[in-house]
Amino acid sequence: MTPRIVLVTGVSRFLGGHLAARFAANPDIERVLGVDTVPPGRDLLRRMGRAEFVRADIRNPLISKVISAASVDTVVHASVTANPAGPTGRTAMKEMNVIGTMQLLAACQKSPLVRRLVVKSTTAVYGSSSRDPAVFTEEQGPRDLPSSGYAKDAVEVEGYVRGFGRRRPDVEVTTLRFANFIGPRIDTVLTRYFALPVVPTVLGYDARVQLLHSEDALAVLERATLHSLPGVYNVGGDGVLMLSQAIRRAGRIAVPVPSQAVPTVGRLFRGARLVDFSPDQMRFLNFGRVVDTSLLRDEFGFVPRWTTTQAFDDYVSGRGLRPLIDPERVSAVEHGLLDLVAKLRP
Amino acid sequence: MPDARVIPLHGDELPHQPVSGRTARVGRPTAVPPADPARAEPEAEPSAEPADQADQAEPAEPADPRRSDLEGRLAGLVSFLRRRVEGDYEVDEFGFDRELTDNLLLPPLRPLYEKWFRVETIGLHNLPSEGGALLVANHSGTLPLDAMMTAYAVRSEHPAERHLRMLGADLVFSMPVLGSLARKSGQTLACNPDAERLLRSGELVGVWPEGFKGVGKPFRDRYKLQRFGRGGFVSAALRTGVPIVPCSIVGAEEIYPKIGDLKPLARLFGFPYFPVTPFFPLLGPLGLVPLPSKWYIEFGEPISTDGFGDGAAEDPMLVFNLTDQVRETIQQTLYRLLTQRRNVFLG
Repeated sequence: MTPRIVLVTGVSRFLGGHLAARFAANPDIERVLGVDTVPPGRDLLRRMGRAEFVRADIRNPLISKVISAASVDTVVHASVTANPAGPTGRTAMKEMNVIGTMQLLAACQKSPLVRRLVVKSTTAVYGSSSRDPAVFTEEQGPRDLPSSGYAKDAVEVEGYVRGFGRRRPDVEVTTLRFANFIGPRIDTVLTRYFALPVVPTVLGYDARVQLLHSEDALAVLERATLHSLPGVYNVGGDGVLMLSQAIRRAGRIAVPVPSQAVPTVGRLFRGARLVDFSPDQMRFLNFGRVVDTSLLRDEFGFVPRWTTTQAFDDYVSGRGLRPLIDPERVSAVEHGLLDLVAKLRP
Repeated sequence: MPDARVIPLHGDELPHQPVSGRTARVGRPTAVPPADPARAEPEAEPSAEPADQADQAEPAEPADPRRSDLEGRLAGLVSFLRRRVEGDYEVDEFGFDRELTDNLLLPPLRPLYEKWFRVETIGLHNLPSEGGALLVANHSGTLPLDAMMTAYAVRSEHPAERHLRMLGADLVFSMPVLGSLARKSGQTLACNPDAERLLRSGELVGVWPEGFKGVGKPFRDRYKLQRFGRGGFVSAALRTGVPIVPCSIVGAEEIYPKIGDLKPLARLFGFPYFPVTPFFPLLGPLGLVPLPSKWYIEFGEPISTDGFGDGAAEDPMLVFNLTDQVRETIQQTLYRLLTQRRNVFLG
């Protein structure tokens, strides 16, 4: 089945907006509806072309009217997010993530025309602890169920999606668990974190970080929408960067903070509107998380174009991050040193 | 992104590879004979690199190839440092940092291995040169030095210079510094998904199934194998069809004879035990110096696991039997090695 009428949630954000733009550029798709509570920026709106923007709150039952009135057959739920709008945005974010998903799914269940549902989830559902296996596959669950924050939201969202799948077995449901996004254009907690001139890390811990280029994320979402690929898939780039290594690659300076002081430092950064880390994301900085993507390759049929390292380098060069430790200076020191030794040899 | 190259820092330990980039950069053929080699040596000082101390420790020799070797080593070290500063190296999905392990984590073990414990290995040919294999060994010594020595032995004495990927207790990974160092040195959590993933990718995996029961047993129980976990390591080997290599370590029991256990202190710190040895905590930090016992590490004949057919890992009786077989093999080898040993410290 090729989707005719597609509804995308969260279009004022990077993923939803660019996804709607991709669908708008696809002549096979008759109509593209974008839903969000705030209108997308002018640049994003221009990109979206013929896609229609519907200012609606998915927490409101009104969304049901939108879906049935436009006879939507494919819903892409891309608004679940880990990035609160501001220092007080966490409660609103949780509302949007959990209640929004419930309402949206209720609306989908009511509409007999809906044939396909694509949900953007996250690998945060696996949690992050020292007792985890090194690599998560899709059937593994978290050792410690995330007790708060985005990870808990995502676990609940996935629970509702599974419930929806049981009640509407005729709908193809694709759940995509994305690793942390990175890229020159996307704005996430992590992109802000690495852009800090001095990057606070947790003393004595070094996380394994798996990243996904935002363009790969868009391609995966697009593929899941256009093809029939029901199931749960981990989505992440190949390879792993250590947190310390990533900070060095970005030319930043890591400042290790004792773990007792981490919550205080976190509040400080939140108050200063620099980065808003939730407790589960701070635990991520301790241990990190890596997922197995063989199902994505073999069954979903997608190979990420960027590895974790390439995606990170693209982010660093695309953002124009000015390294505090200039690699050229480092090489110059190296060459100078070797030249000196050579000169000293008579 | 270029692959991380392993540059030997210790030219005499590992086969020396010519550093190709260096001559190009220096722009001078290495074969130019030095006119006054004795003078050049102290002049290398201004470069003020940590390596220079190591280099200067070597006596200045007038031979020309010696000099280029020194310079090559310096170039290797400087480029290693540059790659560390720039983050230009690779780690695998378990967090194993090959370059760091070979250049920084393993070399300090060498004096301990060669001079202090004078480790002797027997039957190294029983370890396959490639492909997955599961090394199972007895655990002892209050602190897990036996695991570190075995990893060093496999890396430095085995012809294929393999890395031993060890499975560690979850306590290790929850501790700061130690946990991240363990990951960087190639260890991972002792659980079936990790073990099977490593074995499937053809790694040599080491496991000490006795765990804390073995490493923290009192001195009077030395060389008495404890329960071998729940046989999880056997099912991992069965599922991946890799051979099990039983490994017996003699000598590690005597390094810190544990004659007591301060339970309240252990609870306070969250450790499984707080050892009392004849010298610790009596002598304070001095008590941390291990006794210089003579060590033997014997790698036994591999036990193949691929002939049992599908679903063998789901057969608990088979798993128990294999576990017992491995345990008995190690126990018998330990007794044999002990009868051959005449003195704890001299061997």
